[in-house]
Amino acid sequence: MEKLNVFASRLLPTEDFVCSGHRACQGCAEVLAMRMVHKELGRNTIAASATGCMEIITSPYPETAWRIPWIHVAFENPASVASGIEAGYKALMRKGRYPRRKINFVGYGGDGATADIGLQFVSGAMERGHDMIYVCYDNEAYMNTGIQRSSATPFGASTTTSPAGKVSIGQQTWKKNVPEIMAAHNIPYVATVSPSYPFDLNRKVRKAADVEGPAYLHVYSACPTGWRMRPELAVQIGRLAVETGVFPLYEVENGKYTITQPISEFRTLRDYLKLQGRFRHLTDDVIDDIEARLRAEYRLLEAKVRMTHEEEV
Amino acid sequence: MAERKGMEVSIAIAEAASACDVDCIAAYPITPQTHVVEHLSEIVADGDLDAEFIPVESEHAAMSCCCGCAAAGARTFTATASQGLALMHEILFIAANLRLPMVMVVANRSLSGPISIWNDHSDVMTERDVGWIQVFAENGQEAVDLVIMGHRMSEDKRILLPLMVNFDGFILSHMVEPIEMPTREEVKRFLPDYEPQQRLDIDNPITMGPVGMPVVYTEAKMAAEWAVRDAYKPMVEIMGEFEKEFGRKYKPVETYRTDDSEILFVVMGGISETAMTWVDKVRDAGVKVGLVRFRMWRPLPVEDFKKAIAGVKVLGVLDRHFSPGGPGGPMAQEIKYMLYGQDHAPKIVETVVGLGGRDVNFIDFDQIFDRCKAVLGGAPVPPFELIQVRGGHYGKA
Ligand SMILES: Cc1ncc(C[n+]2csc(CCOP(=O)(O)OP(=O)(O)O)c2C)c(N)n1
Ligand code: SF4
Ligand SMILES: [Mg+2]
Repeated sequence: MEKLNVFASRLLPTEDFVCSGHRACQGCAEVLAMRMVHKELGRNTIAASATGCMEIITSPYPETAWRIPWIHVAFENPASVASGIEAGYKALMRKGRYPRRKINFVGYGGDGATADIGLQFVSGAMERGHDMIYVCYDNEAYMNTGIQRSSATPFGASTTTSPAGKVSIGQQTWKKNVPEIMAAHNIPYVATVSPSYPFDLNRKVRKAADVEGPAYLHVYSACPTGWRMRPELAVQIGRLAVETGVFPLYEVENGKYTITQPISEFRTLRDYLKLQGRFRHLTDDVIDDIEARLRAEYRLLEAKVRMTHEEEV
Repeated sequence: MAERKGMEVSIAIAEAASACDVDCIAAYPITPQTHVVEHLSEIVADGDLDAEFIPVESEHAAMSCCCGCAAAGARTFTATASQGLALMHEILFIAANLRLPMVMVVANRSLSGPISIWNDHSDVMTERDVGWIQVFAENGQEAVDLVIMGHRMSEDKRILLPLMVNFDGFILSHMVEPIEMPTREEVKRFLPDYEPQQRLDIDNPITMGPVGMPVVYTEAKMAAEWAVRDAYKPMVEIMGEFEKEFGRKYKPVETYRTDDSEILFVVMGGISETAMTWVDKVRDAGVKVGLVRFRMWRPLPVEDFKKAIAGVKVLGVLDRHFSPGGPGGPMAQEIKYMLYGQDHAPKIVETVVGLGGRDVNFIDFDQIFDRCKAVLGGAPVPPFELIQVRGGHYGKA
C-alpha cells in the first residue's frame, strides 16, 4: 500500500524550521539535509544539537535560524540531552503537569559527534529505548574544526589529519559503519538517507517520527568545502554516491532490511571520485580495490535483505 | 513534625529527593554515592515516586541528560562523586550558564591517582569555577535539609542555577544517623511544583546554548558572575523560611563557641562534628578556641566569614585538598583573598588533612593547635603543611 503513496514536490510542506540567513558555506548539503529533515518533522519538534558546523552556522547569538525549540550543550552529548528532554516531558505529561501531545525529540550531530566522540552517548540513548530520533549528518570529517579525519572518513580521502603524502594515500582505514552498529542495538528503525533523494528522505523521516521508541537516521551530507568540490555539485554528488554504491539507501525496520533505492547496474566509482579534490591523488589500482570492496559490501547488504525477509518468500 | 528515625544518610538523601517529588533522576553509580541512586531507583520501582529514573551509561551522560530534563521543565536530581564529578566537568559549566535548575549531591571522595574510594574534598574543590551554587552538609539531617532547600533555591526565579550539596563520602554517606524526614506534604508547602521560567516549549520556541562570539562572551560571563553572587540574598531568605517551616536554622557560615576566642579553626563538611567535640574538650581545659565552618561555599559568603572571625588572632585552616606546586589548600587561599590588606587580619596557619580517607582525630587537631599557639606567641607563620604524612611532616619551604 505504502508503495502507492504519491510524492510530488508541490505536496511538500512549505514551512521551514531551519531558516535562511544561516552561515553555511555555499552548496552545503548538510544544512540542506537538516532543513529537509525538519520540514518533514514539523513544528512539534524539539532538537538537541552537537557542537559542529550545524550548530555554529545556525546560532551565532543574537541570531538563530531555528523556529523550533533548540538546545546546544556540547560536542559529544546531543543524544543524552535529547533523551533527557524526552524523559522530562514523559514525566511531566504522566504527572499531569504538561498537556499530553506528540512531540518529536531529536538529537543530532555530525559524523565526528556520532561515530567518534559521541558513540557511547548515542549507543546509550538508543539502548535505553527513549522515544526519540537521533540524526547523524555525515560529511565524512570534522568540518567545523578544519576538515580533520573521523572514523567515518572514507578510505583514501585526504583530510588535514590524514593527508595524502609521499608515503600515505590519505585515510588508511575503512569507513566505520555506524548504521550497522545502530541496527545491532535492535532498535525499531534505522535508515540511511540523502538529501539528493528527497522523497525517500521524507518517507524515512516520517517513519522515524511515527515509530515508537528510538530511531536512527544516517544522513549523507555533501560538504563542498571539505571535499574540495564545486558547490553546485552537492546534490549531484549525492546521486552519484548512491549510483556508484558508495552510500546505499536502505532501512532496517524491526530487524528487516530493505534497500530503498536498489541499484541494478552500478556506475563506475571514478565518476564519483573525480569530482572531489580529496580523492585526486588516488591511483587506478587503489580505486579498483575500493570499488571491489564497495561491491562486496553491497552484496552483503543484499544478503541481509534476503535473510531478514526469508519467511515472506 | 516528623519523628526522628535511625537511617543511613545515603538512604535519607534518596528519601529527601523523593519527598521533593523530583520528576527526573539521571545518575551513574560510583562509590560512595551508590546507595543514593540505588535507593532512588527502588523508590521509583515501588511506585512511591512518580519519576523517570534514567540509568545512563556514564556521568558525562548523566549531567548531559539532566540538562535535557531541566530544559524540558522537569525537577531534576542527580548524585555523583570523585571520578564521576570529574567526568561531568565539561558539562557543569554549561548547565550553570544555561541557568538550568537541578540538585546534585556529591558524596565527596578523593580523585585518582592513585585510585582511592575514600573521602576528601579534591573532587568538589577542583570544580570551584563551574558557576554552580555549592553548599556543604556536616551531618545527615543537614544533607536532607539541604536537598530540600536546594531544590527551592535552585528553582527560585532570582537564582535559577544548578546546586551542589556536598556531603563526605563514607564518613557521612554510610553512617546511620537519627533523621527527621519531612513528608511529601510538608515539603510541598515549602517547595511548590516547579514552574520553569523558560523551557524548550513547542508553543514558544527558544534557542538555548547559542554561539557566544567575542562581542557577547564577556557579558555572558558577567551575567554568570552576577547570577551566583546575587544568589546569596535569596538563599539566606530561603534558609529563614525553612527554619519557620521545619524549625532548623541554617547560616551561610556556621560558628561554634567562637566567643572570646583568640584562635579559630576553619573546616568544611563532616570533620566539623569531630572538631566540635575537640573544641569542647579544649575549652573544658580552659583554652579559648572555637570553630568556623563554611556552609555556603559558592557564592562565597565573604561578609559572614569576616564577621565570624572578627577580632581573632590566628586561624587554623584545615583543607582537604591542595594544588601541587601551587598556593596550598583552596579554603586557605580563599580566606586569604577575603582578608588580604585588612587591618588586624588574623595570621593563618594552613594545613591539609584527611586526604584519601585518612582519619582526622584529636591528635591532628592538637598538632595544628600547637602550631597556632606558637604563631599566637609570636613565632613566624609556617608554610602550608601536609599534616599526617607518615615518617614526618612536609612543608612547602
Ligand atoms: C570535547 C570536545 N572536543 C573537541 C571539540 C572541537 N570540535 C568542535 S566541532 C568538532 C568536529 C565536528 O565534526 P562533526 O561532528 O563531524 O561535525 P561537522 O562540523 O563536520 O558537521 C570538533 C573536533 C569540542 N568542541 N569539544
Ligand atoms: S564546512 Fe561543509 S558542512 Fe560545514 S557549513 Fe561548510 S559546506 Fe557545510
Ligand atoms: Mg563531519
